[in-house]
Amino acid sequence: MKMKKLSIYLFAIISIFLLTGCETNMVVFNPQGPNAETILGLINWSLLWMAIVIIVVMGMFITFIWKYRERPDNMDYEPPEEHGNTKWEIIWTAIPFLIVIALLIPNIQALYALEEVPEGYEDKEPITIHVTGADWKWIFSYPEEDIETVNYVNIPEDTPIIFKMTSAGTMQSFWVPALGGQKYAMAKMETELILTADNPGSYMGKNSNFNGPGYAEMEFEVLAQTQAEYDEWVEEVKERAPELTEEKYIELLKPTHLGRLTFNGTHLQWINHADPNSNSYTNPQLYYREHGYKGKTFDEEDNYKNADEMIENEHGGDSHHEH
Amino acid sequence: MNIKWDEFFVTGDPLILGAQISIVLTMVGIIALLTYLKRWTWLWREWLTTVDHKRIGIMYILSGVVMFFRGGIDGLMMKAQTAVPENEFLNAQHYNEVFTTHGVIMILFMAMPLLIGIMNVIIPLQIGARDVAFPQLNALSFWLFFSGAMLFNISFVIGGSPDAGWTSYFPMAGKEFSPSIGNNYYAIAIQIAGIGTLISGINFIVTILKMRTKGMTLMKMPMFSWTTLITSIIIVAAFPIFTVALALMTFDRLFGAHFFTVSGGGMDMLWANLFWLWGHPEVYIVVLPAFGIFSEIVSTFSRKRLFGYTSMVIAVAGIAFLSMLVWVHHFYTMGSGPAVNSVFSLTTMLIAVPTGIKMFNWLFTMRKGRINFSTPMLWTLAFIPCFLIGGTTGVMLAMAAADFQYHNTLFLVAHFHYTLIPGVVFAVFAALYYWWPKMFGHKLNEKIGKWHFWLFVIGFNFTFFPMFFLGLDGAVRRSFTYSAESGYGPLFLLSAIGSAVLAIGFAMFVYNIYWSIRHADRNISSDPWDARTLEWATASPVQDYNFAKLPEVKTLDAFWHMKKDNEGLTIEDKEIKDIHMPNNSGIPFFMGVVFTVAGFFLVFEWYIPAAIASLGIFAGLIIRSFDYNDGHHIHAEDVRKVERKWRNRKGEVHKHVG
Amino acid sequence: MSANLTASSDLPLEYQSEQSKMNILGFWIFLGAEIVLFATLFGVYGVLAERHAGGPTQQDIFVIKDVLIQTVLLLTSSFTCGIAIFEMRRNRLKGLITWLVITLLLGGGFLFMEINEFIHYVHEGAALQTSAFTSSLLVLLGTHGAHVALGIGWAILIIMQLLKRGLTTETTRKTFIIGLYWHFLDVVWIFIFTFVYLEGLVG
Repeated sequence: MKMKKLSIYLFAIISIFLLTGCETNMVVFNPQGPNAETILGLINWSLLWMAIVIIVVMGMFITFIWKYRERPDNMDYEPPEEHGNTKWEIIWTAIPFLIVIALLIPNIQALYALEEVPEGYEDKEPITIHVTGADWKWIFSYPEEDIETVNYVNIPEDTPIIFKMTSAGTMQSFWVPALGGQKYAMAKMETELILTADNPGSYMGKNSNFNGPGYAEMEFEVLAQTQAEYDEWVEEVKERAPELTEEKYIELLKPTHLGRLTFNGTHLQWINHADPNSNSYTNPQLYYREHGYKGKTFDEEDNYKNADEMIENEHGGDSHHEH
Repeated sequence: MNIKWDEFFVTGDPLILGAQISIVLTMVGIIALLTYLKRWTWLWREWLTTVDHKRIGIMYILSGVVMFFRGGIDGLMMKAQTAVPENEFLNAQHYNEVFTTHGVIMILFMAMPLLIGIMNVIIPLQIGARDVAFPQLNALSFWLFFSGAMLFNISFVIGGSPDAGWTSYFPMAGKEFSPSIGNNYYAIAIQIAGIGTLISGINFIVTILKMRTKGMTLMKMPMFSWTTLITSIIIVAAFPIFTVALALMTFDRLFGAHFFTVSGGGMDMLWANLFWLWGHPEVYIVVLPAFGIFSEIVSTFSRKRLFGYTSMVIAVAGIAFLSMLVWVHHFYTMGSGPAVNSVFSLTTMLIAVPTGIKMFNWLFTMRKGRINFSTPMLWTLAFIPCFLIGGTTGVMLAMAAADFQYHNTLFLVAHFHYTLIPGVVFAVFAALYYWWPKMFGHKLNEKIGKWHFWLFVIGFNFTFFPMFFLGLDGAVRRSFTYSAESGYGPLFLLSAIGSAVLAIGFAMFVYNIYWSIRHADRNISSDPWDARTLEWATASPVQDYNFAKLPEVKTLDAFWHMKKDNEGLTIEDKEIKDIHMPNNSGIPFFMGVVFTVAGFFLVFEWYIPAAIASLGIFAGLIIRSFDYNDGHHIHAEDVRKVERKWRNRKGEVHKHVG
Repeated sequence: MSANLTASSDLPLEYQSEQSKMNILGFWIFLGAEIVLFATLFGVYGVLAERHAGGPTQQDIFVIKDVLIQTVLLLTSSFTCGIAIFEMRRNRLKGLITWLVITLLLGGGFLFMEINEFIHYVHEGAALQTSAFTSSLLVLLGTHGAHVALGIGWAILIIMQLLKRGLTTETTRKTFIIGLYWHFLDVVWIFIFTFVYLEGLVG
């Protein structure tokens, strides 16, 4: 009896959640670009198969425990000694295997498709934007427009954007769920993600890979605009945004939270963190935590502080002193 | 050695202060109680120096339950913090420490000791042996585990907790981004416990291969023994990888090496690979023994032989093999390219096939059976639908392209809690209810057990089911808070309420232990469930020497057939001979202490004291090398007395025929 | 657990008790774990070997002559260790101990060379902290060297026990096990010689 109650209960819970879930318009189920659409297709396909599996197994489960439960009237029933059944065992090996294949093929297709400019957008000239993750902000460099933004990125709609991602330090994961899947941004190497927005709009982007105390706030906005609006924005930045200097950039890399910032010029003129031989801009002293015993740190030759000194020498020592 | 005392104890947090006070009070209380009851020699002789596999198992289980409590408190704190948006119960730093210790403790210091403890108690009995192959090493395993667990646990009051997640990904876990010593605890405490686990693995392989009783061929071995054997093989194959990874982490953090650092040519991705080369097999190290436990219980309570025994064995071996080939699925998003991701999607999804075989075999074991709904069976039954959800979402996550949208979200968190809680925690509860009479001679209370069961299972589903939807709505894991505008609030709140129910369920379990120790009926048979395997062919609780005469096995489910055919249940005086048993030893306990002290100094980067303390490790090894102590004999007359006593009770299937 | 002698006494002495058989099997499994451990270290070295970060490279620091001497010392010690076990099987305690001592002297020579090698590396500016390459090289070599050092200490303990107790099921088992260990270290060295030194000098 109890078992039946349990299963009814479970089903009730599951269906309530499924219903409420569908009403909330979960972001993964509302794709705003071809990358996210491809993935959603795959998710729906897998959901269908998994639903079938769950129904079959649950059906057997409920039937068996109901039918073969111990009752006062069957206490003298002694179950048979069954060793197995080759036919059944082959069936329940083969069918899951076929389901795996049914899921694997579209998965492989999608994996390859996601690495390319999406179908139907080939004639559009893609835009390359360099993404640099730092603690705890996202830095976007537009090499063609020579613009750098922090914590927001404006893109024209219907245009494939090639994000070339790297990190100035910790490992981050660049994720804009409405537009597509995520990928890691890692120091001294480059990963690439192609995203396209079908409609103008503001989309939430975030880091999904834990990277320290400021992780929760490491979010950014993707603003998809019409081509005209985008061009206008570029014009405006060119006219009004301040010039990015190297000191300013090093300041940006410190472990801080920043709001939105916009600059003329990009940091790529001094450093591309994706280059395996680029300098490391780390400064462990800034990372001591409130709880805990301070351990020893190791000074690196290509360190941040040395970079500071380098700049000070170049500028005759007249810029900021912070030690 | 310039000690910064102001940083030595973690200060300034009322929650941690409360913990510090309660730790001191508990320790004072325990010491006072032991002194008052004059139990110090008892503690030393019966427990701290024991080499008896049953007592070691019980110590493992006790530590596991305590660690479950600690890890559970961490979990509840996380749920409390995220119950409402922009909550200020915990700050980011504290939350990071809490989820890190939650993960490490639940996997390494809760799931592992509980399962290894159950293996310790049951495996020698199930294969008809008098102990494990290396009893003293077994004690060493326990004390090293305990040393690691204690070292890891004091981190939050002394020196600061690790805060880089249980995966401790570099570069963040390195000195460049985590200069405080918290993560040293991670590297060193887990290393010590890991050595203990590796020794356990070797011990169980030799025990199972060499010490099976007469007639028990491998294919007549109970399923739990099989899964333990395979698990031990995975331990031996996977733990050395983690040993190396942790050692390299230690070199990076303590001595400035460049294995995983950003600077100096280090490679952060290498850590992720090494971690998951161990980490994924580790998942199966905890889940396979659980599968074995469910197999035993489903067969006993359906009163039927396990369906498809041979295919079950093959499936376990297949899962173990595949578990070594799937580690990349933990970081499809690292940009390894579509070809690599395709291969690992395939290997990962293939695990569903042997797991499916096991699922259907369990279902078909129940078919045509006579299912008794005692508490152990309830846990087993609840496991099936819950694990089914965990498994199917696992297949969804295995699809690399789709994983780009699930990765690092609460969808993933929900998935692995849906595999690990039904797969491990339900199994442990099932095992404890099932084998409790074997360990202590009385059952746990059925009625309280059912309260425990329903509260825990319902609470579990309410806690973790909403997380699937949160994840699909873009909520990421390890984030200490979220904005009100995100709309995550209601589901997070539901999840927090669920976790409270879950916690009450756990409290019922603890209450059940208390109640049963005080009031449960001691007058029960040695075989209260009418079970099938050899551990039930001896007294409950089991006498020191396990079996007066080693049983002989002709079939699978040997004890069941012994009862059916009324064969081998009786014993005669002349069959009873002197029994050789190993002696107790203080060396394993001493080694545990020395490892803790040396590890502690190393965590604080005090190298000279650490070096001096580690001389103690060598001293222990040298003493052991010169130790030719050959054990002792239990005299036949003493054995006869014990056997007469339990076998001649009313309702006992075993008989003593003078 | 029990030290019962089995009936078949035509087995070598170290295999004559059940406990000894289990110990030897357990040690083989332990060696399996050691293989995984060294394989991981080799893998790490393989990944990091070309990451010099502006520091010294393989060609800058390797001295092939010294490495060859080390190799000869260790390979010879493995051979003498084999002779020692052979003597043990023939029940000659004196021969066993003599050859074991020779083995240890050769092992000590190897260790001495290795320590010198490390000092040389540090002088050349290739310390643990220099680059990913030097970190992985020194940890791989150091792990092997630490195993050798531990083996020497352990063998000395066993020689003491042999002197005290003579050849028994227990002492022969212990000697046999350390023989396995010593041969294993030799095999690891062959891999180090090939994949670290030769590869490094050629590559």
